[in-house]
Amino acid sequence: MIGEHSSKQYDQELEGIRSKVLLMGGMVETQFEEALNCFRVDDAAKADKVMADDHAVNQLEVQLDDACSHLIVKRQPTANDLRTVMATIKVITDLERIGDESSKIARTAKSLHGRGTTGFAHYDMIRTIGKATSDLLHDALDAFARLDGKQALQIIAADEIVDHEFRTILRNLITFMMEDPRTISSALDTLWVAKAIERIGDHAKNIAEYVIYVVEGRDIRHSKPVVQEG
Amino acid sequence: MTLAMATPTAAPSAKTKTIEIAGLNFFYGKTQSLKNVSLDIHDKQVTAFIGPSGCGKSTLLRTLNRMYDLYPGQRAEGQINYRGRNILEPGVDVNALRAKIGMVFQKPTPFPMSIYDNIAFGVRLYENLSKGEMDERVEWALKKAALWEEAKDKLNKSGLSLSGGQQQRLCIARGVAVKPDVLLLDEPTSALDPISTAKIEELISELKQDYTITIVTHNMQQAARCSDYTAYMYLGELVEFGETDQLFMNPARKETQDYITGRFG
Repeated sequence: MIGEHSSKQYDQELEGIRSKVLLMGGMVETQFEEALNCFRVDDAAKADKVMADDHAVNQLEVQLDDACSHLIVKRQPTANDLRTVMATIKVITDLERIGDESSKIARTAKSLHGRGTTGFAHYDMIRTIGKATSDLLHDALDAFARLDGKQALQIIAADEIVDHEFRTILRNLITFMMEDPRTISSALDTLWVAKAIERIGDHAKNIAEYVIYVVEGRDIRHSKPVVQEG
Repeated sequence: MTLAMATPTAAPSAKTKTIEIAGLNFFYGKTQSLKNVSLDIHDKQVTAFIGPSGCGKSTLLRTLNRMYDLYPGQRAEGQINYRGRNILEPGVDVNALRAKIGMVFQKPTPFPMSIYDNIAFGVRLYENLSKGEMDERVEWALKKAALWEEAKDKLNKSGLSLSGGQQQRLCIARGVAVKPDVLLLDEPTSALDPISTAKIEELISELKQDYTITIVTHNMQQAARCSDYTAYMYLGELVEFGETDQLFMNPARKETQDYITGRFG
C-alpha cells in the first residue's frame, strides 16, 4: 500500500507514521496485558508501571497527530493515502483511550488488592472477557498492520462476544451484591474494570472499522457491515 | 469480498448533457492520440480533464470546438453531439460553433488593442450592436469575469498593460462576451501566481451558474477544488470518468489511484 511514490520522501513520511502507529499499538497492547496481570497477582509496582507507561503513549499520540498534520499540509494526500492519514488520526485516538482504560484497570487492581479478600475471586470474574478483548485488540492491530479488510469484518462481529460477556459479569456481580452487601464495594470496582475492558473491545472494533475505510473506502461506522461476495 | 464499483466510463448521473462524446478517435497525421473516448459533459457543471503530459487531454478539449481544424493533417472521427448535431460532420459552421463553445488558452492572449476593443472585437463578428448596447455588453462581460472594478477606469488602455492574472480574466471576459454555452479552459492558471489563480478558480465557480465549463489542468488539487466531474486520461484513453469527490477519495481504477496519489512513472 505504502511505497512507490514518485517522491521517496513521501514514502518515508508515510512509512514513518505507519511504524509509529504500530509501535503505539504494541505499547497499549502490552499495557493492557500487564493491567490484566495486575488483577491476577498482587503487584503494586507493576500497577504503577502500567500507569506510568501511559505517559509515553500520550506523547506518541501528540507526535503522530503532528506528523499527520504536516503530511497533509506538505503532500495534500488523495485517495488511499488520504484515507490512511484520516484513519491514522482516528486510530491513535482509540489507542490513547485504550491506554487510559488500561491505567484505570491497573489502578483499580492495586486498590482491590490493597483491601484484601472480599468474598469472591475478582480475576476469575474478568478472565474470560479479558482474554476475548485481548485477542480482539491483537487482531485489530494485526488487521491494521496488514490492511486486511476480511479480518477487520470478523473483529467487528467478534466484539459482540465481549459485549455479551460484560452483561453476564454484570448479572453475576448483582447476585453477589444482593447476597452479601459486604461485597458491594469490591463488586463495584470489578464492574468498573469489566466496563473498561468492554470499552477496549469497542476501541478495537473502531480500529477494525477504520481498516475497512482505508482498504475499501467504505465508512461503515454506525451501520451494519455488509459483506459482498465476489 | 469486493466493493460495488462504478464502471470506469459510465455516465455519473442523469443530469442534462450539453455535449455527448462517443467513440472519439483523433489523429495527428498517422499518430492516433485519442482512442475511442466516450463521455458526457454535463450542463452547467465543471468537468476537468487530468492526466500526464501527452495523454490527450488538451487534444480532447480542442476537438470540442474543432480548434484542430486550423492545423493540416489533424482529423477526428466519431461523435461529438452538441445541440442534436455531430459537430465533427462536414458542413458545420465552425465560426458559429466557436461562438457557442469558447476557449481560453494557457497563456493570456489579449489582442494588441484596448481593453474595450478586446471584448467588442468578438461581439462585432456576430452581432450588430449600437454604441450604448456595446458599452453595456463590455461592462457585463468584464463584470462576469470579475475584472470590471480593476478595469473600468482604463477601458481605453491596451489589454497588454494589465497584469498576467488580469489578462487571463480579460480573455475569459472576451470569451463570455459573445454569450457562449460552453467555456473550454486549457490550463488557464498555469502561467499565473497563486492569488490570480485563486481569483480564476473563484470565477470558475461563479461562471458555472450560467455556463458549462470544461477545464484541462495539470494541477490535481485545482481539479479537486473546482470541478464537479473529473476524467483521468492516459495514452489517449479515458481511464476513469466520474464525480470529482468520488474520484479523488476512492477511485475505481488502480491506474487513477496511482496517478492522483503520485505513484506514477
